[in-house]
Amino acid sequence: MAFAAFATAEAVPQAPKRASRIGWFLLAPGLAYLALFFLTPLISLLLTSLQAPDLYGDIGAYVYAFNWQNYVDVVSEYGEHILRSFGYALVATAAALLISYPIAYYIGVRCRSRPLLQSILLVLVIAPFFISFLLRTLAWKQLLSDESFIITSLKALSLMAPDAHFTGTAFAVIFGLTYNFIPFMTLPIYTTLERLDTRYLEAGADLYGSPATVFRKVTLPLSMPGVVAGTLLTFIPAAGDYVNASRDFLGGTDTAMIGNVIEANFLVLLNYPAAAALSIILMAVILAIVGVYVKRAGTEDLL
Amino acid sequence: MSRRPMPEDPMIRRLIAQARASQLTRRSVLAGAGAGAVTLALAACAGGGAGAKPTAAADTSASDKSLNWANWAAYIDEDDSGANPTLDAFTAATGIAVNYEVAVDDNNSYYGKVKDQLALGQDIGADAVCLTDWMIARWIRLGYAQELDHANIPNLSNLTPSLQNVDFDEGRAYSVPWQGGFAGIAWNKEKLPQGLKSVEDLWNPELKGRVGVLSEMRDTMGLLMLQNGVDIAGDWGDDEFAAAIDQLTKQVEDGQVRNIKGNSYLEDLKSEDTLAAICWSGDITVINAEAGDKWEFIIPEAGGTLWNDNFLVPIGSSKKANVEALIDYYYRPEVAAEVAAWVNYITPVVGAQEAAAAIDPELAENQLIFPNEETLSTAHVFRSLSAAEEQRYQADFQKILLGA
Repeated sequence: MAFAAFATAEAVPQAPKRASRIGWFLLAPGLAYLALFFLTPLISLLLTSLQAPDLYGDIGAYVYAFNWQNYVDVVSEYGEHILRSFGYALVATAAALLISYPIAYYIGVRCRSRPLLQSILLVLVIAPFFISFLLRTLAWKQLLSDESFIITSLKALSLMAPDAHFTGTAFAVIFGLTYNFIPFMTLPIYTTLERLDTRYLEAGADLYGSPATVFRKVTLPLSMPGVVAGTLLTFIPAAGDYVNASRDFLGGTDTAMIGNVIEANFLVLLNYPAAAALSIILMAVILAIVGVYVKRAGTEDLL
Repeated sequence: MSRRPMPEDPMIRRLIAQARASQLTRRSVLAGAGAGAVTLALAACAGGGAGAKPTAAADTSASDKSLNWANWAAYIDEDDSGANPTLDAFTAATGIAVNYEVAVDDNNSYYGKVKDQLALGQDIGADAVCLTDWMIARWIRLGYAQELDHANIPNLSNLTPSLQNVDFDEGRAYSVPWQGGFAGIAWNKEKLPQGLKSVEDLWNPELKGRVGVLSEMRDTMGLLMLQNGVDIAGDWGDDEFAAAIDQLTKQVEDGQVRNIKGNSYLEDLKSEDTLAAICWSGDITVINAEAGDKWEFIIPEAGGTLWNDNFLVPIGSSKKANVEALIDYYYRPEVAAEVAAWVNYITPVVGAQEAAAAIDPELAENQLIFPNEETLSTAHVFRSLSAAEEQRYQADFQKILLGA
């Protein structure tokens, strides 16, 4: 380590003092792409979110304005949905972490001596990606419908009330989110655990650490980059997901998430400013949450 | 070098046309593409503004014998190989090649896709579209539809008299019905042998959590209002609508209504998540054929709703005369009967029933495909809403759907 620090101190390449023209030339396509396909829509979204209804216009007609009121309106009307989205995403992320960590540990650490099994298990984790996640979610809806084998069995065993059902409930939506994001959680954790030096674990045991202590003090901190990456990859899309909570899939009328509200406002109500304001709020809240989380959890070692 | 077919996307077609027309260097073509993309971005920004109505594109039907037809799934006759016999016969007879596309999945999402181009008077990639009454009303109001030349559609005289004058299109100047249907109630005959008679029966405590209603506001609210004794085609207002909204809110909050869905309600009926539902007539015929004769459909005692999907020529289409020839063809009774026998919806063509009797007498007796006067008198058309009403009522209805 010390040697490396010494070496780099000697050999830091001098950054060119003058911005070279070639550099800008090479960057130009990328910058143009970002400006055109990221910045322009974002500005358009921001402008739309501030529009006011055209008093003499037809349904869906809006004019450019500086109507901050849109933000106040959507928060007061859909505050519950915003909270619900982040609540569902949080629960689904925690559930996915609890399920994925042992899987990743088993594949990445325990199966090291059996590379074939390791490869097979990894393929199994990735296998669901070979089928569209819309189809998989619809399949779950069928498997868990009222007259399905699973639900009728649960009812016969008195594990479910006779008039209870699964599809269209909050539980179903969180189940769907968890299921769909498990591979996104498992893979990053696996990549960090795969590189875990087991001699540290032996050292921990030699120092009279119980398995639980060794896990808490050694394994978990060393796998944090994977956990951080996995939770981000799960939480961010889960908060904005609108498929699982959609009434056409696992959701019902009281499980709508922010994505469903945006869809309804955009397509059915033609209330584009409200849809745009909600999108901006979703983006801002996710940015804030992720910012705080990354700052606290640290990303210096992130992959 | 063989000439490749033009891409589907009208915006890209426009760019290619621009590039071909100017025959300039590669560099300026790229600049053109850049300018096009900027225009696209600006168009997306400007879409919401209120502007003058767009003007119709010039008709090139005489030189270009083709047309694109955007329609809903399972809405035209199809043989085992996937071809459409009536369309093939049309092409053989007129020389007009038809590109039939199942592009409409939902009135709202289709409108969301094409509205910015319509507002600018551009080609949306379809020369004929079939959309539901209320959406047609919006297109006509906004000037997004081309006026049809009835001289080119002599068979329009076969249009059912009750559909010749509708409140959104007096004299059918812009739109012509394609197929129609009823919204009523259906139930699972195995689980509910006693059956249902009215919307009120859906609120039976035994059915708690097993009832589905449609996310199409006019059908669900229409049936509830009819049950309350409101003439939905007539002069009703906020009070009548609010009363029905309160009833639906209560049933949803009490858990009586399991879910509110569009086309996917059929999945719930099949999986038996719902045992009874508000639904569309033609669908029940189809799932009975697919999944065993398990469901029965009726128009409730208090009446059902009647809707139509209508042909329309979008403002940016340059093939209006071709579309008029297509409409004229489908208004031949024997052609209409062939389609009706396959899609199971109501045909608006007089004489189709007699033609159908020649193919299959039982079909001609089916009240859901060839309703008689008595059946038709129990079905009502939801009156047209003003833009302000539409906004208000949809907002109330969506509140229930979103649980707000």
